[in-house]
Amino acid sequence: MTEAQRDKGTPRRNFIRWFFGTAVGAFLVAVFYPVTRYIIPPASAESAASSVTLPLKASDLAANSAEIFKFGNRAGILVRTPSGELRAFSATCTHLNCIVQYRDDIGHIWCACHNGHFDLNGLNISGPPPAPLEAYTVNVREDEIVVSRGV
Amino acid sequence: MRERLGRVAVWLDDRLGLAVVGEMAKQKQVPVHKHTVWYYLGGMTLFLFIVQIATGVLLLFYYRPSAEDAYESIQFLMAEVEFGWLFRSIHHWAANLMIFTAFLHLFSVLLLRAYRSPREITWLSGVVLLILAMAFGFTGYLLPWNELSYFATRVGTEIPAAIPLVGGFIGKVLKGGDEVSGATLTRFYAFHVWVLPFLCFVLLGLHLFLVQKKGMSVPPSVEREGGARRAMPFFPNFMLRDLVGWLAALAILAALAAFFPAELGEKADPFAPAPAGIKPEWYFMFMFQTLKYLPAHIMGIEGEIIGIFAFMLAGLLLFLIPFLDRRSGRGEPNPLLTWIVIAAVLYIIVLTYLGYTANPTA
Repeated sequence: MTEAQRDKGTPRRNFIRWFFGTAVGAFLVAVFYPVTRYIIPPASAESAASSVTLPLKASDLAANSAEIFKFGNRAGILVRTPSGELRAFSATCTHLNCIVQYRDDIGHIWCACHNGHFDLNGLNISGPPPAPLEAYTVNVREDEIVVSRGV
Repeated sequence: MRERLGRVAVWLDDRLGLAVVGEMAKQKQVPVHKHTVWYYLGGMTLFLFIVQIATGVLLLFYYRPSAEDAYESIQFLMAEVEFGWLFRSIHHWAANLMIFTAFLHLFSVLLLRAYRSPREITWLSGVVLLILAMAFGFTGYLLPWNELSYFATRVGTEIPAAIPLVGGFIGKVLKGGDEVSGATLTRFYAFHVWVLPFLCFVLLGLHLFLVQKKGMSVPPSVEREGGARRAMPFFPNFMLRDLVGWLAALAILAALAAFFPAELGEKADPFAPAPAGIKPEWYFMFMFQTLKYLPAHIMGIEGEIIGIFAFMLAGLLLFLIPFLDRRSGRGEPNPLLTWIVIAAVLYIIVLTYLGYTANPTA
């Protein structure tokens, strides 16, 4: 009987192979399961805050200009339209996550990364962005600006 | 042999000559005698080092090295990230066990005279590796930026100040300024994750290469006894025994991490007074405790300076032992050295014990 034949035939050898293989498999699972779970970032502290009081005054913002503000851990953009109205949107471009800016020369919200344009209602009007910017509600109490996410 | 390999393996072998490695592994023998058990300590230290690299890389995924963010990022890691507590705790415990096995490895090599010719360079690289391991511990301790580590680092970075002339400068370079601050943190971070690992790889490569090249040393005491030399093949006999030890170490690590997870404590506040009971990691404890017992002045020189220089001198003698211990080199017994080593081990044990039990306010 050759060595190969003996290896295949003996039940004890088969058992040891099976046992060893299972042990190695279990070991690998025990190592790689935690590693995989660890590498996947936890559902991040998505800001629970649904409204934020801005650190700037309503009178600070001139017509036809805009400011970026912090909404939880994301950026928002507050625009004062040429007609004097205050509007707020998420400042994260719906295309590839860049932060948008206000262009006073064309009166649009514009994303510099890939030349995406949004109008003053947050609608994607030209360029690659696939969806409008999320609109927030702006309330002015005396000189204080409170921005809130649609409830 | 080649017929049994797949075509891919043959293709690779033609280009890489891997069969040579297989032949080497086949020929490698490990001497068998009453002290064989000590041969496993180096491999155990290596295994724990590998665990450190793996868990260290994982920690980097979430760690943010700045005074503002470091503590919070670890808090996030421990509380929010799945298994974050596990990997940090394993990193913490494997670090401690690695230093412990490295010390055991050092003392066993010392007592078995394995450093004697022609293995002097193996010894020198090993001592430097132990120093690097302690530097890993010292720099890593600060990274969570908690109260305990912050003040331990303030104390530790004061040590070089005892060196005349250049001491103040070295302390400043270490700290990245006059105080332990965010600048110290980024510096220690760079050391911990790049500089020290790089140096470690180079020296470890040399160390392991020399161990392969020269084979395992048979202690002179065994050689003197004479008799037939016994040996076992490295592969698979020794390797499998090694693996059993590694698995046991992994089990111990998992148990320690689960039952005694690494703590985080309070965030460091440079404007708060140091909390009572500040202490370094245990492997610095005997030096820390010695410095506490020294009088303020010994023969007109600051006690601290005397203590620090005594430790440096002891380290230097240890480093140069292959060149100082001529008797072992000739295969003769050297009982004096054995007693000195045992006394040193006892000193370390007693002072460490005192460090943990003596009243810190006394």
